[in-house]
Formats: sequence, C-alpha cells, structure tokens
Amino acid sequence: MHTETHAITVTVNGTPYRRSVEARTLLSDFLRHDLLLAGTHIGCEHGVCGACTVIFDGLAVRSCLMFAAQADGHSIVTVEGLAADRHHLHPLQQAMRDCHGLQCGYCTPGILMTMKAFLDETPAPDEARIREALSGNLCRCTGYQHIVDAVKLAADRMRG
Amino acid sequence: MKPAPFRYVAARALDEALQLKAAHGEEARFLAGGQSLVPTMNFRLSQPALLIDINPLTELAGMRKCGLDRVRIGALTRYRELERDPAVAPILPLVDEALPHIAHPQIRNRTTIGGNLAHADPASEMPAIILALGGRLRAQSVKGERWIAAADFFTGALSTALEPDEMLVEVELPTAPSRSGACFMEMARRHGDFALVGVACMLRLDEDGRCGEARIGLCNAGDTPMFAAQASQSLVGGKLGAAEIGTAAALVQRDIDPPGNIHASKEFQRHLAGVLTARALAAANERARRAH
Repeated sequence: MHTETHAITVTVNGTPYRRSVEARTLLSDFLRHDLLLAGTHIGCEHGVCGACTVIFDGLAVRSCLMFAAQADGHSIVTVEGLAADRHHLHPLQQAMRDCHGLQCGYCTPGILMTMKAFLDETPAPDEARIREALSGNLCRCTGYQHIVDAVKLAADRMRG
Repeated sequence: MKPAPFRYVAARALDEALQLKAAHGEEARFLAGGQSLVPTMNFRLSQPALLIDINPLTELAGMRKCGLDRVRIGALTRYRELERDPAVAPILPLVDEALPHIAHPQIRNRTTIGGNLAHADPASEMPAIILALGGRLRAQSVKGERWIAAADFFTGALSTALEPDEMLVEVELPTAPSRSGACFMEMARRHGDFALVGVACMLRLDEDGRCGEARIGLCNAGDTPMFAAQASQSLVGGKLGAAEIGTAAALVQRDIDPPGNIHASKEFQRHLAGVLTARALAAANERARRAH
C-alpha cells in the first residue's frame, strides 16, 4: 500500500496551519505530533473515554474518531486555546482549580473542552443537564462530584 | 490502535462518491460520522483500501415532510440536529425519546442516521425504531435507486441488504398518527452504553379505544434488530389491559433469540425484554389515551 498525503489548511486556536498529512493520521495525533499541541490527551482511541475531545467548528467531538484530512478548511479549538493569555485561566479552568475538579488531570483537557461547548450552548444548566453533558467523559479519580461543582461555579461566574 | 493505510477522497458530489464506490466495491467504505467505522479501523477490525468521505455532501442532510403522513430524513443528518429540532418530537416521538440514549453528546454531534443504520449493529437503537415504525430506506448507485423496506434491510449482525455499489441516502418514516402513543425504553449498565436490551413500540387506538395498530421493535435481542411480529399482532383488536400486554410481553420473550454477553446472560436479556416490553406498551397506551 502506497502512502498518500493530503495538503490541508486548518485553523487551530485561531492560528492557520498548512500541513501535509497521511490519510490515516487521526486528528488527535495530528494535533499532538504535527502541531505539538500535546494538551489534547489520548486515552482509549475508540471514542469511549473522551480525553481527546476538542471543539470542531463549535461542537465538541472525539478527535480520535476523525482523520486530520477531514479538518481541511475547518476550525478547531483545543485546551491550549481556552485561556485568553498565559496569565489568566479560563473561568472553567479557574473553577476546576477552585473546586478541586481534577486529581491526576489526564481527563481534564477533554472535560474542559466538552464543558466549554456545553456552556456556550447552555449558559444556565441545572445539575442533571451538567451530568448528562459530562456522561461521555471518563474520570477515574474524582468521582465527578467536584467536576459538577466546578461547572456550576464556572457557569455562575461566566454569566456574571 | 492506528488505522492501516488507506486512500482518502473527500467527495465533492454524490455522483463522484457513487462512481468511486462502483469502481472499488467492498474495498471502499463511505465515511459519514465515523463514530462506528473509525473505532473498527483503529482496532484494525476493518481495513478499507479507500475511504470516501461524504461529509461535504450537505445535500444529504436534513429532514422534510413527505405528503401528510411521512417524513424523509437525509442519510447525513446528524443526531445532534434531530435532537435540537422541535419538529421531531410531535411527528417522530419514538426517535425523540431514543436520541438521548444513543451514546454521548460528543458522539451525537457527529453520528449520522444513515451511518448508524448502515452499520446495522443489532444493539443499536435506531435500527429497532425504523423496524418498529415500518420505515423504508432509499439506496442509490450509479445504476439508479431503489427503496428497501426496513423489514428487508437488516440481514445479519452488521450486515444489510445494501449492494457493494450502493449508498444509503435517505430514510422515510411514517409520522405519528392521531390517537397514537409511542415509547422507547432500554436498560444499559451506564447511561450512553449500548443497551442490554431495548424496546421501541407504537400503538394506535381505534375510536372505541381498542388497539388498531401495534408495532414492537427490539434492539440487542438477536443477530439483527428485531420486529416482534406475533407480539405486535396479538394486541390488535384488543383492549390493551394488563392481560393483553402480558401476553404480548410473553410472546416477545418466546420469539427473541438474545445473544448473551459478559454483562447479561441470554436468560437475563429475555427477562428484561419481557419487562421492558410490558412497561413500554403500558406507557405508549397511556400516551395514546392522553393524545386522544
């Protein structure tokens, strides 16, 4: 089997990138290995754990279930793009810190991106909706309660 | 955990996608949402030589009315869109009730109805629903198009009646008639997991309150999504009391052949199918009476 490559242009965290990718390169690997944005974590690589969640054209998706070639012409936000600058955390990040919403931190980037997209669409969620939105992200440390607390706090702060 | 090498083509037109499929047959796969296909590629359970990405074919997405009592949904319509479309609940209450059970929000952001049906996982919700509703599916190839009844579409586990050169392009479903009620119920170990067993049912009442039509579909109750023909038929003409519902649930238990797995034995699945059928029929009956 020959190796074919595709020239793609993709905007990640506001920056346009032009790269040549193999057809089989997963979007998750492209972000980590080609763009060196290793904040997107890889857990299961079959769409179960949610660690690799990124925001693709405004929607939270599993980056391990897409190919980099599919991102041509599209716009992606990763966890590196959450905070406005290096001195200020995003309200979700700040709330996760304040509420102890992470322990080992492996699942955290995926949870932050899932919750970012969720709060953009649902600025005033109740706990049941937060838990439903969180259902596709596995965390083996926290037991989720502090994550739910953090999302509630972030939602309150983001609404002002 | 990385896919084997393959060729990738982003289709610019439906004709191009169909020509590529005709030329490459079973060596080629259509890439829609990718939420079932890509995991199998990551595990190398499937190694297509060519992926034809149909995501650019936006004309395959969307829902439209078709006459007074039917609706057509394009194969590339994502579950996210159906979940947020207020038109869905009144006309397709079964679909509306089942959507939150299908995997997780991030998966539904990508999953397409066509991909979900063509994947034909017997544990999946939507195949059981289109069987329960008696829908039909439009397949297209370079040679033309044909309609396939839902009852003829699912031929085995992960197998359909689609020919190697065909694409599933559209699904047609009957909309909820008046004096009808529907219910979808499933039991899963965790919310969003595949169902241990799921039941989709629709009841239509006659003017005298007797059952005019009954349709029961099941997921994860056999090698294919299943239509419980005898159980459905047993309800027609009756009063839909506890005895009639109990009889239908017993017929479901008799007629299914659940696969059994590490999470649920065949016996437990059969037990669940009976319990869920009875509960779903009672709920659908209640809803039909309220709709009246």
